[in-house]
Amino acid sequence: MKLPIVDHPTAAHDYIADDERSQWHDKALWFIRSKRDKQAHDVPEWEYLRTVASQIKTHTIANLGRYLAEFEKNATALGAIVHWAADGDEHNAIVLGILRRHETHRIVKSKSMLTEECGLNHYLENNGIDVVDTDLGERIVQLREETPSHIVLPAIHIKKEEVGETFHEHLGTDKGASDPQYLTEAARGHLRGKFLSGEVGITGVNFAIAETGGFVVCTNEGNADLGVSLPPVHIACMGIEKLVPRFEDLAVFTRLLARSATGQPITSYTSHFHGPRDQNSELHIVLVDNGRSRLRESKAFRDALHCIRCGACMNTCPVYRRSGGHSYQATVPGPIGSILSPIRDAKNYKSLPFACSLCGSCTDVCPVKIPLHHQLLAWRKELVGKRLVSFGKRLSMKGASVLFCYPILFATAGKIGRTGLKWAPRWMTHNRFNKWTIARELPEPPAESFRAWYHRNRKG
Amino acid sequence: MLPNRSENADAIATTSSRRAIMDRLESSLVDGPELPVVDPKQLTEFEDPLEHFASMLRMVGGQVHLIDGPEEAVAILEAIPVFAAAKRVASLVPEITQGNVDISMIDDPHSLATLDWTIAQGEFCVAENGAIWIDGNTLPHRVMLFIPQYLAIVVSRSQIVHHMHQAYARVGKPPHTFGIFVSGPSKTADIEQSLVLGAHGCRALQVFMTA
Repeated sequence: MKLPIVDHPTAAHDYIADDERSQWHDKALWFIRSKRDKQAHDVPEWEYLRTVASQIKTHTIANLGRYLAEFEKNATALGAIVHWAADGDEHNAIVLGILRRHETHRIVKSKSMLTEECGLNHYLENNGIDVVDTDLGERIVQLREETPSHIVLPAIHIKKEEVGETFHEHLGTDKGASDPQYLTEAARGHLRGKFLSGEVGITGVNFAIAETGGFVVCTNEGNADLGVSLPPVHIACMGIEKLVPRFEDLAVFTRLLARSATGQPITSYTSHFHGPRDQNSELHIVLVDNGRSRLRESKAFRDALHCIRCGACMNTCPVYRRSGGHSYQATVPGPIGSILSPIRDAKNYKSLPFACSLCGSCTDVCPVKIPLHHQLLAWRKELVGKRLVSFGKRLSMKGASVLFCYPILFATAGKIGRTGLKWAPRWMTHNRFNKWTIARELPEPPAESFRAWYHRNRKG
Repeated sequence: MLPNRSENADAIATTSSRRAIMDRLESSLVDGPELPVVDPKQLTEFEDPLEHFASMLRMVGGQVHLIDGPEEAVAILEAIPVFAAAKRVASLVPEITQGNVDISMIDDPHSLATLDWTIAQGEFCVAENGAIWIDGNTLPHRVMLFIPQYLAIVVSRSQIVHHMHQAYARVGKPPHTFGIFVSGPSKTADIEQSLVLGAHGCRALQVFMTA
């Protein structure tokens, strides 16, 4: 299937056009960013933890083959069944294979960005399996036939009145009801039934531990735990980069994850699974590559594999906050998504590294110190090299390069600009060919250049 | 009957992918730092860890009771209307209450669907974030922690660590097959960031800290 090329400005256009909604979205995310700041500031060793986390991740990715083998050996010894998938299709086929062997028709699923990445839900539904997302946000999105717009807060783009309408239609709640307490209670009742009839539970994985062969799943709702504590089969799907070497490394990451994600000191439930529940149960762990081993070979973008999917870079990003997650048209939106998506398909996602003001806020909040804005800049260079940047932009960059190489040219251009700005009619700058002035005014031209001022005051 | 684990078709079908992934990882050598060791001197400890634990747990929606003896817990529980009205109570802490659900008689976890309360045993507390470690081996059915409408955890207040590093050191070897940090009741803020307690798991969490 050929995917349409994602043009971020076009995709964001409608969302931004609704000024009131764009500002509401901005505020909601900034609220979470502020909560994160408070939690981070309450931990004096925060920066130390970030440094250690980054070192652990760099070390793990460097030695990934060894740690995966160790994890597989230990998980198998505990009675889990480990599967390997080279890509999303193979992952989906493995999961379906397990469901078929158990003659499963209904599964309950907790949040997993990996399964979103692989398109598992649609694949299973097309194969006649009833898939229920049990995270409240994901369930809302699923009932509305949308995709999550954020990796931690899937329904952050939806207003409570809209949730009310969706629940009225699907769950029979009162028309016009929008009280979150009431709506959550309705979802609780609705999903209890689904939990009790689920035949297999599917979860993601936050961290897998090489040394013990176990893994950790973090939720606030308790949906992952409820989903896998009832049926006899648990399938855990994870990208191969989710490993940490030692059990004690979990201390570093559990301290960072929830504080960075939602500004909580820890998630309500931090569950450690080591082997199947009992002799009558099965635990399957699906290890998925899907481009990760290739990304590991890229010196420039390797650090993106450190990501623990906390979403802090989205909450802080001035572009994401205003344009909404769907404008990225990718499973992982925001700054980290703008790095990961073009790795998957540079041509398709070429506009994403430009959906960034290079303010660097994402880099500052990243709990594992991914140099996000540096990588976004590196991507732009890469895209220019691949000639994936529009002719106009390439030409103007070439022009700018010439301008900055010759001081006389630069001085002359400045002079023309200062004079021109004073006399040029408005239509010359504000027209449909100049996108820059769509929502901006040009500055007042200064009386003289810095060069002239310097000559007059310092040099003489 | 479940199929034989060692000879299931999926495992065999994916070995070629395993080889391809491992070959790719092993053929490109990547330099990395040594695995760091956390320096305990960098980590903050609390003057009064118990006070900090209690305030964190309250912040995340849990209710904390310092008690001297089991009869105090009984009195507190009975004053809670949803406990007094509870029809099915399962207890793993017989000193406090026997409950009225005989867990040893239950085979299928689904039959716990109508459970109103579970009284569980916690191993130790973590001051920095209000979490309590529960060893899965104390639970005849894992779902007992997640399916009841309300949850109470009994834990000794002398069993407290400052932060997660000490917590994982204290756990040592992870329990086979399940262990969990619980911090506050089940919650969600997925509808417009409005915090609602009682998403799927317990609606409220009572923590009894014994002497």
